[in-house]
Amino acid sequence: MPQAIDYRAILPELVLAGTVLSVVVVDAFLRPPRRWLAMPLSLAGVLGALAAALSLVGEERTTFGGAFVVDDFALLFKVFFLVVAVVVLAISLRYIREGRYYQGEYYFLLLTSFLGCLLMPSSRDLLMLFLSLELVSAPAFLIAAFRKTDVRSTEGGLKFFLIGVLSTAVMLYGMSLVYGLTGATGLGEIAGRLAELPAGQGNLVLAAILLVVAGFAFKVSAVPFQFWAPDTYEGAPVPVAAFLAVASQAAGFAGLLQLMFQAFVGQADAWAPVFAALSVATMTVGNLIALQQRQAIRLLAYSGIAQSGYILLPFALAGAGPATDRAAFAATVTYILIYAVMNLGAYAVCVAVARERPGLLFRDFAGIVRRAPLLAVGMTLFMVSLAGVPPTGGFWAKFFVFTAAIERGGIGVWLAAVMVVNSVISLYYYLAIPREMVFADGEERPLVAPVLVRGVVALAIVAIVALFVFPDLLARAPQGATLVGP
Amino acid sequence: MSGWETWAITVATFLPAVGALVIAFVPGERDRTVRALGVLFTGAALVVAAAIAIGFDYGRASGLQFEVDVPWISAINARYHVGIDGISLPLFVLTALLSFLCAVYSWRFVPSPGRTKAFLALQLLLETGMAGTFVAFDLILFFVFWELVLVPMYFLIGIWGSANREYAAIKFFLYTLFGSVFMLLGFLGMFFRGPEPHTFDIPALQAFAAAGGFSRGFQMVVFAAVFLGFAIKVPMWPFHTWLPDAHTEAPTVGSVLLAGILLKMGTYGFVRIALPLLPDAAVAWAPWIGALAAIAIVYAALACLAQRDLKRLIAFSSVGHMGFVMLGIATLTDTGINAAVFGMVAHGVITGMLFFWIGSVYDRYHTRMIADIGGGLLQKAPRLGAIFSYIAIASLGLPGLAGFWGEVMALLSAFNPNTELGLPLGWFRAFMVAGGIGTILTAGYFLWTIQRVNLGTVPERWREEPIPDVLPVEWLSWAPLLVLILALGVFPRLVLGMTDEAVRALTGLLGG
Repeated sequence: MPQAIDYRAILPELVLAGTVLSVVVVDAFLRPPRRWLAMPLSLAGVLGALAAALSLVGEERTTFGGAFVVDDFALLFKVFFLVVAVVVLAISLRYIREGRYYQGEYYFLLLTSFLGCLLMPSSRDLLMLFLSLELVSAPAFLIAAFRKTDVRSTEGGLKFFLIGVLSTAVMLYGMSLVYGLTGATGLGEIAGRLAELPAGQGNLVLAAILLVVAGFAFKVSAVPFQFWAPDTYEGAPVPVAAFLAVASQAAGFAGLLQLMFQAFVGQADAWAPVFAALSVATMTVGNLIALQQRQAIRLLAYSGIAQSGYILLPFALAGAGPATDRAAFAATVTYILIYAVMNLGAYAVCVAVARERPGLLFRDFAGIVRRAPLLAVGMTLFMVSLAGVPPTGGFWAKFFVFTAAIERGGIGVWLAAVMVVNSVISLYYYLAIPREMVFADGEERPLVAPVLVRGVVALAIVAIVALFVFPDLLARAPQGATLVGP
Repeated sequence: MSGWETWAITVATFLPAVGALVIAFVPGERDRTVRALGVLFTGAALVVAAAIAIGFDYGRASGLQFEVDVPWISAINARYHVGIDGISLPLFVLTALLSFLCAVYSWRFVPSPGRTKAFLALQLLLETGMAGTFVAFDLILFFVFWELVLVPMYFLIGIWGSANREYAAIKFFLYTLFGSVFMLLGFLGMFFRGPEPHTFDIPALQAFAAAGGFSRGFQMVVFAAVFLGFAIKVPMWPFHTWLPDAHTEAPTVGSVLLAGILLKMGTYGFVRIALPLLPDAAVAWAPWIGALAAIAIVYAALACLAQRDLKRLIAFSSVGHMGFVMLGIATLTDTGINAAVFGMVAHGVITGMLFFWIGSVYDRYHTRMIADIGGGLLQKAPRLGAIFSYIAIASLGLPGLAGFWGEVMALLSAFNPNTELGLPLGWFRAFMVAGGIGTILTAGYFLWTIQRVNLGTVPERWREEPIPDVLPVEWLSWAPLLVLILALGVFPRLVLGMTDEAVRALTGLLGG
C-alpha cells in the first residue's frame, strides 16, 4: 500500500538537498573568480534548512513507515548540525578560496555530508541508519583527500576510505544478523522482538550488536577503530578536519544513541561492560598518544579520540534503571553539544594560523598572543575547556558525565575515577599550544585572520564562558530530548 | 535582611572579575590606566569587604549573614548560595586586603616581560576565585571558585616567573587539579547519598551529617577523596612538592597571593567541608592528619635550614606554618580550630609580607641567594633590613606579634585534644613535642637567616652598588601588613572574636 510522504517532516532535508543540487548547477555557470559565491549560496541554504528545522520544534512526526521520525531528539541534533554547518562554512570560505581548491565541488560534497548528518538522528530503522551513515561518510572520503598535491592528504583519505568501508561491511553483517534474529529493521520492533527471543541466543544477539556497533565505533574513532583519525585529520583541509571532528563524530554518536537506547536497550546488561572497556581504552590511548604530538591538528585528532572515550562512558552506565539511563543519555548529548563549541573554536584558530603557516606545528603558534590576542585568548580557553577546567563550559560537559557515573554507583565510580585521572593527564598536552602562544617568543607583526574566522572565535569564546556561568543554556535541552522510554 | 546586605558579597566577589574584563578592553599601550584600574577595582572590592566586616553582627557569628540563595543549575539542584560567618569573614577580608596591596605594589613593580594589562587582569580574576571560595555555601559553587584560581595562577607563574617558570607552573596546575577532581567525585558522592531531594547545599548537608545521615564506611571513602583535594592545596607533607617550585618561581605578587590566600583554601576546606560534613571519618582520620602535620613542621624546619635561596626558604617555612594550622584542626577542639583560623590569617599577613620583602630584595640585588647577598643589609638599606628582622621574628612566633597565637594555641590544643571523641591522647602529646621542636628549629633558621642577610658588613661587590631603601609605593603596600602583624599579636581578639562562636558551633556538630 503506497503511503503518503509527510513532506513537512522532511522539509529541512529537502531544503538542504535542493541547495546541494543548486550549488553544483550554479558553480558550472560561474567564472573562476566568482566561484566563491558557492559559499554564500550554501550558507543561505543551510540557514533555510535551519529555519525549517526550527519551525518543526515541538512536533512529533513520522513518515516512511516509521523509518523517519521527527521528535525532540531528532530536532535537537538537526539544529545542532545546521549550526555546525554554518560555522564550518564560515571558516571554509577564505581557506578554500585561497587554497585553490575546486570550490563548487567542495561545498557540494560538504553539504551532502551534512545532509547525511541531518538524516541520522531521524533514522529509526537499520536501513535508514545505514544510508545516513554512508551519506555522511562517502563525500567525506573525497573532501578529506582534497589537498590533492599533498601526499599526506591522499594517504589520509585512502586510509579513511579503507577503514570506513571495512567497518561498514562489518556493520552490515551485524545488521543482517539482527534482521535474521528478529525479522525486523525498525528500531522499536527490534527491541520488542529481541525481548521475546528464547533464552540461549544471548551470545548471538550480543555478537550481532557488537558488529553493528563496530560501524559506529569507526565513525566516532573509538579504539581500536581510531587509526585513521590522526592521519586523515592532518591530511585534510583544516575546515574538513573540523567537520570530521565535530559533525561526523556527533552523527556517529547520534546513531549510536538511537541504536543502544532504543533497539538494544533490553540487552544493556550484556553490552554495557563492553562499552566500559571501549570507553576506558579509547580515552587512555587517545590521551597517552596525544602527549607525544607536535602538530596541532594531530593533537586535536588524538584529543578527539580521548573525548570520544569520555562520551562513550555514559553508555557503559546503561541498564541500571530508567532514571540513570536518562541521566546517562542526557550526559552524552550535553557532552556532544558543549564539545562541539570548544572544538570548533580550536579548529577556527588553526584555520587562522594555517593561512600563514600551513604546517601547524606547535612552534608555528609561538608568540601569537602579541600578534593576535583574540586568537591566543580563544585557544587558551578552548584548550582549558577541552581539559574540563573552569572557567569554561567544558567543565560541565565532564561534570554531567561524572554525575551520571556516580549516580549509577558500582562500576560507574571506577569509570569516573579513570576519567578523572585521564582529564588531569590531558591538561598537560592541552596546554602545549597555549604555552607556545603565550610563553614563547615569535614574530611581532600582526597576524590578520579573516573576519568570519575571527567572528567564529569570538562567538565561541562568549559561548564557552556563558555556558560556564549558565550551563542550563545547553544542559536543559538534552533532558527533554531523551529517547529513554518512561 | 534587605538592601545592600543582599548584594554586598556578590559585588565584593565579582567586582574584580568585572575589572579584569574592563582591563581587557583597554588598549595595551595605556599602561597607567590599566594600573589605575587595577588599584581602583581591588580598592572598591576592599571597601565593600570592609563594609561587610563592619556591618557583620558579631553577636551571632555562627550563623550565615549577608546570605544570598538563588537557584543556579536546575538539572542538579545547584544553587548560588553565598554567605559569610565568623570563619569566612577574616579570610574574606584578608583576600580583599592582600589583593588590593598587590595591585598597589604592581603600580611600581610589573615583573619582566611587562604586559601590565594581562598581569593585572589575571590578578583580578584570581581575586574573584579566591574570595568566592570563602563565601560559597554550595559544594558546586565552592568547587567552581576553587578551580577558578588555577588558570590565572598558571599564567602568572608561567609568564612572569623566574628561570624555571614553565615547569613550576605546569606542576602547580596538574598537581592541584589532580587533587581537586577527586574532591569533586567526593562531592558528588555526598550529593547522591545525601538527603532527598539531593542537594549540594553545605548547611543542609551539615545538618544531615550531624544527624548521622552518612554511614561510616561511606564517610571514610569520601573523606579520602576530599582529603586529597584539600591536602594538596594546603599543602600537607608529603603532597607539598609543588609548593617550593611554584612559590620560588612565581613573581612577587603571585607568591604573595599563593602563600597568603591560596594555601588557606585548603585548610578552610577542611574546616568548612571535611569536618562538619564527614564527622565520623574526620575523627578516624584526625590522628593521621595530626601525624602528617607534625612531620611537616619538623621536616619543613629542617629543609629551611638547608636552603640557600631566600625565596625557597620562605616557601618551605610555609609548609611548616601550615603544619601548625593542620595540627590545630586535627585536635578537633575549639582551641585548635580557633588556632587554625588565626594561624591562617597570621600566616597570610606575615608570609605575604615576607614574599613582598624578598621580591623587593631581588629587585635590588638581582639574586635571591643568601650567600650572594652576603649580609650587611642593615647597613646598606637599613629600613629594608629592619623590616626583615621584624617579619622574620613575627614568623618564628615571638609573643606580641601575629605568629605567636596560632602556634601556641595549636600546641596547647595538641596537649589537650578532643578525647571525648576518642582521639588518642598519647599521639597528640607526641605531636606537641614534635611541634615544639619545630618551633625551636624555626627560630633557629630565621635567626640564622637574619644573621646572614642583615648583619655583618656589606660585601665588596655591593659596596659601590646603589641599593635604594624602601620606596614610597612599598611603604604604601606594606604598611597595612606591618601594622596588622603587631595588631594581631597584641589584640588576637581581632580574629578570635569573629571565629570563636562559629568554631564552637562547628565542634558542636562533631560531638553530635
